Amino acid sequence: MSAFRTSLLALASALLIAGATSAFAATEADYKAALAAAEAANKEAAGLRNQWTVTAAAIAAAKKAAEAGDFDKAVASSNEAEALAKASIFQATNEKTLWKDMEIR
Amino acid sequence: MHVRSAIRLASAALTLATLAFASPQTAVAADTVDPVADAKAFRKFFTDKFPKVKLEDFVNGPYSMNEDMHRQWEEKEQFPPYEFSLDMGKEMFTKPFKNGKSYEDCFPNKGIGIRQNYPYFDEKEGKVVTLELALNRCREANGEPPFSYVRDEMAALTAYMAFTSRGKPFDIKIPNDPRALEAYQNGKEYFYTRRGQLNFSCATCHVQSPGERIRAEVLAPALGILNAMPIYRSEWSGMGTTSRRFTTCNSQIRGVPFAPQDDEYRDLEYYLSYVSNGLPISGPGARP
Amino acid sequence: MASTIRVRATLSGETTEVQALIQHPMDSGFVKDAKGEIIPPHFIQQLTFEYDGKSVFAADWGGGVSKDPYVKFSFKGGKKGDDLKVSWIDNKGATDTTTAKIL
Repeated sequence: MSAFRTSLLALASALLIAGATSAFAATEADYKAALAAAEAANKEAAGLRNQWTVTAAAIAAAKKAAEAGDFDKAVASSNEAEALAKASIFQATNEKTLWKDMEIR
Repeated sequence: MHVRSAIRLASAALTLATLAFASPQTAVAADTVDPVADAKAFRKFFTDKFPKVKLEDFVNGPYSMNEDMHRQWEEKEQFPPYEFSLDMGKEMFTKPFKNGKSYEDCFPNKGIGIRQNYPYFDEKEGKVVTLELALNRCREANGEPPFSYVRDEMAALTAYMAFTSRGKPFDIKIPNDPRALEAYQNGKEYFYTRRGQLNFSCATCHVQSPGERIRAEVLAPALGILNAMPIYRSEWSGMGTTSRRFTTCNSQIRGVPFAPQDDEYRDLEYYLSYVSNGLPISGPGARP
Repeated sequence: MASTIRVRATLSGETTEVQALIQHPMDSGFVKDAKGEIIPPHFIQQLTFEYDGKSVFAADWGGGVSKDPYVKFSFKGGKKGDDLKVSWIDNKGATDTTTAKIL
């Protein structure tokens, strides 16, 4: 499977997870896992020199919700952050070739 | 929840875009970098798009795009808002550092009438050196702490130096050095690369939409866009440098900005200045 | 200390055209600084231009006027070489004044 389709699937699944209503309340462990995934993706985006401000904001919101003990919200925000980070990676990767389409020649 | 639907929309859009360009074998392999051809095409793009604007007027940004704004700006130029900063810059420039030297000792021709040569490619260092960078290096070489790159003192100093070069055409050189060509090419790539959650590149506004509006602002053409720097911007209620503009634009499109004078920004300034070669320095400037 | 007021008055026929640029922070009192604290209000409250002992322009300002205000107006009358006096007073009681000759 080509690289972009893999990342597309990853993005789609991230969104599905984010959108799914959980039958059980999220635990702190769930939050920690979700946060780790978000931070890892955001770090990768940083390596590509393409982080989004909204990603950092979503991570901050997740941490704030966790501090208040609302792990459902913390997980939701972490998942959003991960999706945003992945989108920024997607953008950076594709723009490596797509930028030429905008160039004045 | 708004953000989620926004992400879905964004990812759907990105998906569509990538699918549209999914045939990957686009024949843009190792093109030779030809800055001379680039600059010619760049200039032609804008002069074709705005045939009634004189070449030297492109340096006035939005004021060259809109009649009414042009009239208001001409009036304002009789008593320009950057005057205070310019006076401060002039004073600072000749005032000695603690060690007795001054900025005059760091620059050719005592820093007078040289702004149009910046940025330049430093072959010893292998990197682009901008005017702002040179000023802070001058300070550090003389035992003084560096200034913030985005405002106040740095703006005042660059305002003064720009003023002494008013009317002189941009004269950026790319030496016959593959590293210089690479820096130029990196700057060009940065300019056209989309970034931030809003997925804009510099070109989105300044190549695709000059003269049009983004909210209430009229967009400037990319040709000559740095010639008026530094600027007193009403939006900022104060002066700002090229560094200020690059970093704030990044955050406005929801991309995390780099540190001022990071390589990408230096290369971007190099590219944008080079393709505006021949257009007169008009700084310091005023903008909405 | 240098004046905060820069003014130019030019006679054109029977009308004197005046432009002035005043250096003043004009803080409205609604803006917060980087630490999240309110920057206290600090703005010009009264600005006057006097010619021949009479007020030819008077402004009562509040925090809505931007930093480093620029004013332009014209008045009937005025003679070359005559004085035009400009003064302001702000909400902290600070003042400045300057006199310019009509050109």
